[in-house]
Amino acid sequence: MTPPRDFTAEVSSDMRVSQRRVLFVTRRTSSQVRAYEEERVQTFPEVLIRALLAVECLFLGLVLMSLFFNAPLEGIANPTNTPNPAKAPWYFLGLQEMLHYFPPVVAGVLIPGLLVISLIVIPYFDINIEAQGLFLKNRAQRLRLSMILCLALIVFLAVFDVYVALVPTAIVAFFLLLAAYSSPQSSSRFRSYLAQRPVSWWIMTWFLFQLIVLTAVGTFFRGPGWSWVLPWRS
Amino acid sequence: MPNRLETYFDRLERTRVWKSIFRSGTGSSTLHNALAIQQNLFLHLFPTKVRKRMVSLSATWYLGTLTLGTFFILVGTGVVLMLYYHPSVPQAYSDVKDLRFVVSSGLFLRNLHRWSAHAMVFLAFAHMFRVFYRGAYRAPREFNWVVGVILLLVTLLLSYTGYLLPWDQLAFWAITVGTNISSAVPLVGDKIRFLLLGGHQVNANALLRFYVLHTVILPLSAVLFLAVHFWRIRKDGGLYVRQSEPGNVENSAQPASEEKKQS
Repeated sequence: MTPPRDFTAEVSSDMRVSQRRVLFVTRRTSSQVRAYEEERVQTFPEVLIRALLAVECLFLGLVLMSLFFNAPLEGIANPTNTPNPAKAPWYFLGLQEMLHYFPPVVAGVLIPGLLVISLIVIPYFDINIEAQGLFLKNRAQRLRLSMILCLALIVFLAVFDVYVALVPTAIVAFFLLLAAYSSPQSSSRFRSYLAQRPVSWWIMTWFLFQLIVLTAVGTFFRGPGWSWVLPWRS
Repeated sequence: MPNRLETYFDRLERTRVWKSIFRSGTGSSTLHNALAIQQNLFLHLFPTKVRKRMVSLSATWYLGTLTLGTFFILVGTGVVLMLYYHPSVPQAYSDVKDLRFVVSSGLFLRNLHRWSAHAMVFLAFAHMFRVFYRGAYRAPREFNWVVGVILLLVTLLLSYTGYLLPWDQLAFWAITVGTNISSAVPLVGDKIRFLLLGGHQVNANALLRFYVLHTVILPLSAVLFLAVHFWRIRKDGGLYVRQSEPGNVENSAQPASEEKKQS
């Protein structure tokens, strides 16, 4: 092998089988192409059989569930009798929770609209193509910025009394702080893991955490007038 | 016995009729297996070969496959349920009651449809987060991620429109709450709500519209986008996981030659 150059391109013998190559953008902005030879299996029968098996296991589970648990069916629809609380399906309970605090144009249009738009732009938003840990560069500056953002969000949520969304935000902010004071070489595997998370990971994890907490609260902890109730005391 | 069965099967494969349907021919060579995928209208959406490490359970947890599985279950049970259902008020409610108490296995059918629907929403979300955390949304797979987001929305709408069909209190008020939100859209909110409900309230018109959306428009768009979604997997270079951190790429793929790392 010749000593490392700015640009290395390699073509292996399986050119006809797999044309895809991994392109590395190195820190010196020169690119390096590496050829990989990967073992492949036939879709038929190997992959299809496995997929079929997986679907069959799922089917079996759903059949068992259907034998033991009945789908809910309440009285006939009655526009004059409003149940309290009137709950949306579980996957919309996060939005319904937001609807409790914010006007419909914010909770029902702005938040879901922004969510869908941000989901769509994720792959086009590659500012950090190396997926570097958030605090590995310019730590002080980035820590300051992220803490200001977290604090602003927490204050905003506190002003509107949205403690259900505030608590997960505060927990994520705590782990951000922990990540800033950890390094990839840390002896604790968890802290080393946190230190290597890029900013996109933090945003998505915050979103996932909110989604789980809001849905769980909406499903189990909300009673008449959207008041806080404990599921085991009904 | 299995030997006998195999010979029967071999003989079947060599018949003219079989050959006219499956053009890949007999045999289990690499070529034949590849042709079995490539020469089939439905399977040709998929690549003929898959990276071995992507087949392992830990790579994908089969979440996309399972989501497709729930879709098949839902189409199957849904079509049968349609035989017993009239989208009219108050007939719809008594039809669902009949499914519970009169139709043989009706209760089971409805249960399976309902639980599979919940499972599909959950699996679609899980699939999305899994794809994100494995970094599989990146170039050249950006557009397939967008198609996935559309499919997630279609899944949510499918589940939501199905929610009204039993015409019970749960259905009526969930849809009332939901469609009231749409009137909050600036300028055109009330128009959107009117379009969805076919009126100013959740009534028989709304039930019919939701029925048509649930059984025709949304399933067809789901099938359309699913086809694009699978076809793009092949066109974008097959199932591939790019870890969010380049450090891990080294662990999961072996370089073709020893190359000195620049560090």
